[in-house]
This record gives sequence, structure tokens and C-alpha cells, in this order.
Amino acid sequence: MTQTFIEILRRALDEELARDPAVHLLGEDVAAGGAFGVTKGLAQKHGMQRVRNTPISEAAIAGMATGAALCGLRPVLEIMFIDFATLSLDCLVNQSAKYRYMSGGQLTVPMVVRTQAGAAGGAAAQHSQSLEAWFTHVPGLVVVAPSSPVEAYGLLKSAIRLGDPVLFIEHKRLYALREALDENAELPRIGKARVARAGNDVTVIAYSAMVRNALEAAEELARAGISIEVIDLRTLVPLDMATIAASVSKTHRAVIAHEAVQNGGLGAEISARIGSELFDELDAPVRRVGCPFSPIPFAPNLEQALLPGTPNIVRAVRGLAG
Amino acid sequence: MKNPAAPTLSDLKQMYRALWRIRTFESQVQRLAAAGEVPGFPHLSTGQEAVAVGVCWHLTREDTLFTSHRGHGHTLAKGADLQATFAEILGRDSGLCRGRGGSMHLVDAANGVLGATGLVGGNLPLAAGAAWAAQAKGKATVSVVFFGDGATGAGVFHETVNLAVLWKLPVLFVCENNGYAEFTSREEHSNVKHVSAFAAPYGMPANTIDGNDLPVVHAAAGDAIASLRRGDGPYLLECMTYRMAGHFVGDAQHYRSKEELAAMKEKCPIERLKRHLIGHGVAESELEAIAEGARQEVLQAVERARAEPRPDPATVLEYVYSAPSIAAISG
Repeated sequence: MTQTFIEILRRALDEELARDPAVHLLGEDVAAGGAFGVTKGLAQKHGMQRVRNTPISEAAIAGMATGAALCGLRPVLEIMFIDFATLSLDCLVNQSAKYRYMSGGQLTVPMVVRTQAGAAGGAAAQHSQSLEAWFTHVPGLVVVAPSSPVEAYGLLKSAIRLGDPVLFIEHKRLYALREALDENAELPRIGKARVARAGNDVTVIAYSAMVRNALEAAEELARAGISIEVIDLRTLVPLDMATIAASVSKTHRAVIAHEAVQNGGLGAEISARIGSELFDELDAPVRRVGCPFSPIPFAPNLEQALLPGTPNIVRAVRGLAG
Repeated sequence: MKNPAAPTLSDLKQMYRALWRIRTFESQVQRLAAAGEVPGFPHLSTGQEAVAVGVCWHLTREDTLFTSHRGHGHTLAKGADLQATFAEILGRDSGLCRGRGGSMHLVDAANGVLGATGLVGGNLPLAAGAAWAAQAKGKATVSVVFFGDGATGAGVFHETVNLAVLWKLPVLFVCENNGYAEFTSREEHSNVKHVSAFAAPYGMPANTIDGNDLPVVHAAAGDAIASLRRGDGPYLLECMTYRMAGHFVGDAQHYRSKEELAAMKEKCPIERLKRHLIGHGVAESELEAIAEGARQEVLQAVERARAEPRPDPATVLEYVYSAPSIAAISG
């Protein structure tokens, strides 16, 4: 049986609510199912005290989740769009991320902030951003960005059980995708990337929805005789450099692809680390694929013109492999 | 509502001692900061001790406390060890937070001090979250958060109050209205004179009291905390007080007049409790002995803290993450 990304997230939350009484959901409209229906039916099943609606108060609800996490709950906070997380940043950056450190290990913040990001369907400049790089710059936060429904299931469950504050980024372009869960699969370890497709000529490092573009590009390039290895990072912090190194040591060429603005994006960090840690392995400069330095436009044809996609990855790879 | 647990003279003498512990502690922070021994920029609660002592008197170790950047007094009043607190402010390894937090980030989890913050208003929702956790677990504990009047300029104050009332959370909002937000007087930054006025629109009970009169603070806080323990929901206690120190150690305080500084002594909560106790027949010599005992206790703790070693630089990356697998990979 296949399920959509949304249904699979719901299943993971449902199972975690049933497994651990410390798990509580909160956010705007979550008791009614949430803006995208992820939490539909969970309040009826687990009670309005475990699945709580909040006012439109992103600063306070991030703080309340943090305070509750300090006192033994495992809150899962839904921030409807990552663009709105700007309103939670004081808490997430100054409090949640630093509590364990500032208290000398006395307190921890086991909470997950589920949020939805990325551009699709004319959501325009304030509902389409990919702001993950900001969060990867804050020590103490964990940043997870699943690439598929099955990945989201395992990563969300692992994130809820982790014990550190996690930003869990769901790309809206993935929400309607369907996959079948492997009931016997083990939960992934937070901090471990996966090789989504094995190959020999060029490594493409991606995360979130861009993994799908990388896989499409790999199909297309395979027909031209170029063999691509696709790495799905899964977690941006911590960054699994070991998996990246193993791949680049084999292919000697790397492309990093993300939807976020290229300037100051995570690709810059990964590129720098490959350059400094794997310089002798490289046969070509590391290439990046990212969004041009612009807000996301509204008109669908403009949106499409701006966003990086499969053709950008194909071009970047050809530039290296050619 | 009559407070069932009116303090005895013995209680008040104990509180007198607690006031002196904080006053001496702060004066030592000031002295050593001036001497360059205190890293960063500590904020003193000198003059506001009665709020800390009068409120915390009613709290158990399991009750949670959050405070602001001006939180030394609250931390001590809740039960934190003098030496470990001072050692933290000096950046020592034996400090409450092993030298990772400092003056503005004191945490003593074992005593329910869940923390101070350097962001004005930042701890208000955390305190509500702690109250939510207590409510969710069916615990009878309460959560208290101390903040200055300046914090009501932050939107998160209003967001938090609204949520606390909606969810009927056992959280006590204690505003220390000391008349200043950093260097600017309240008149210049808000048209709302009393912070308690913000409670009514949200349907929250509130009271404005003389925060430098310890028996008054004790009684009002006792009533408020009793109502929280009954499950009546949040409460806002506005304590009118007076910051006898500058905003931070080294603040030249050009914004205050000579007359204002001269009137300060009249407002001093320690002087006022002393007069109250003498009026109730306590000998001045006994009070002086109590004060001297508190001063000596603090001075000895300070000297021991100063002798403590600094943290080992090799441990600087400890405590970033709790999950060992992540701690090993990061950085």
C-alpha cells in the first residue's frame, strides 16, 4: 500500500504519540489537521491536550515548546511555513539551540520544529523560501531535510527521539508523492547520509526535493554514458562528511545541488570542506547548483525560470565530466 | 483574599538575612567587576531584593523559575548555592554551568532555576512552557518568571500572556517595574503606566504592589501562588521597585538626577524591613548580627569561588549536543 508524504508524516506522528506520553504536538490549526492536513485526526485520537491548537504567535509557541522540553515533554511544533520561522528565531537561535551548552549540560531541549519550505505553485516570495542555511549556522540545532515519504517517516521518528532541538524541513513539492513503507526498515541514525544512487563519474550531493532532480539528472546522463552517484544528505547538521568523502574519493568530481539561494548556501560550506579535506582527490573544481540571488516570484513562468532544477544539474555535471 | 500563611517574626528575620545575602553578593560582583575579575557585563539587582525574596519564599524546589538578565537575586532566593553561583559569574569550572553561561545565563536545574536570559522578554514563553509541562504531567508545581517593565515592549509578552490565559497555565508573571528600560525611563517608552493594566484585556488577574516592602510582596505573592496551585490559571504581579544600581556595572547613570539618587535610601527594601522589624520589637543589634552573618557567609563563598580553577580549554566543545553520535560528528 502506498501513502503520500503527508499521510506518512501523520503515521509517524501517530505512532510516536502512542509510543511516548511525553510527545505533544502544538501549532496553528494542528488540532484541526494543520494547514496541509498532516495532523488530521490526531487530536480526536490522542486528545486535545496532546495535540494543541495555538494562536498565530510564532515567538511564544517556539518558546513554550522549548520551556516544555526543558521540563520533560517532547514537543513537536508545527511552523506552517519556514518563512514564518523568522518570528521564532529569537527563541530557536538564542534559547533552544544554546540551552544545553549554556547550562553546562544540566538541561536539554528535546523538541522538533516541523516546518514546510520550498517553492511550488505560485506561493510567492513569503511562502516559498529555502532558509535552511541560516539554521545550519547555529551550533546546537540539528537540521533535517528528507527527500521522500519513506525517508520522512524514519527521519521524523528519529528526530522526535533524539534529545536535541531539530528543525525538520518538509518540501511542499514532495507532499503529494506516494511511496510504500518497508515495515521492517530500521530507523535512520540522525547524521548519516545515504547513497540514493550509486555511480562512478560524478558525485551529486543534494537534499530535500532536489534529490529527486538529481536522480532525474542521473537517469538522463546515464543515457549519455555518464555515471552519477547521488548522495542524499538527509541531515544538514550534522553533515556526514564521511559519506561525501567516500564518494568523492571514488568519482573525483562533485556537484552540490540545492534549491536555496546559492550565495551563502550550504553548498558553499560543503564545497569548502571538499576543497580543504579532499583536495588531492579532485580532478575538477567543485560546482554548485542553487537559486539565483532573487526573491521567489509569483507568476508560475517566472517561478519556473528562477528555480534550479534537473537541467541545471545536468549542465553542471556535463561541465565537469565533459 | 487573606494570605493564610502570614510570616512570623522569625520568618521575617530569615528573609532579612536573605536580602542581605543578595545585597552583599551584588556588591561583591560590582567590586570584582570594577577590578576586572568578572568577564562580560553583569547586571545587578541591588534595590530589588525584596521581590526575589518575597516571591521565592513560597516556592518549592520543584517549582520552576525563569529570570531575566538581572537574575542573580532570584537565583539565590530560589536556593542556588552562593559559591557555585559566584563561581559561574567568575567563569569558573565549578560554577553552576561550568563557566559556559555566566551572569546572564545562570541555570541551577536541581533547584528549579531553569534559567536567566540575555534577551529581554525571552524567557516569558519558556516559563509558560514549563507550566504547560507541569499541567500535562498532572504535577502541582508552578512556574514563575521575573521580567522587567521593559519586556512589555516585546510582542512575545503579549503572545505569552494570551496563551497562558487560554491554556489556564500555572505561571506567575512577576514584573519588576524599576522605572527604567536600560537607560530610558518608562514614561519615554510606554503610554501605559502600569504593566498590570495589560492583564485585564486578556482576562488575567493582576495586582500592582510596592515591591520594596517585603511583607507586602510576601503576602501578595503568597495569594497569587496559592491561586496558581488551585488551578486558577496565570497571574500577573507587578512589583514597583527601584534599580539602585546602573543598568550594568560601569553605567555612569547620567540619566539620573542627584535628587533621585539621594532619595534612593528611602526606598531601600532592606532599610524598610529593618524599620518594620524594629517597630515589632526586634533589637537593632540582633538585626545587625543577622546582616553581618549574611555578609560573612557571602564574603567567604566569594573568596572560595575566586580560588576555584577556570574550565579546561580542552572541554570547550562539550555540551553542544546531547546525542553522542552528533557530538562526535559536528565541528
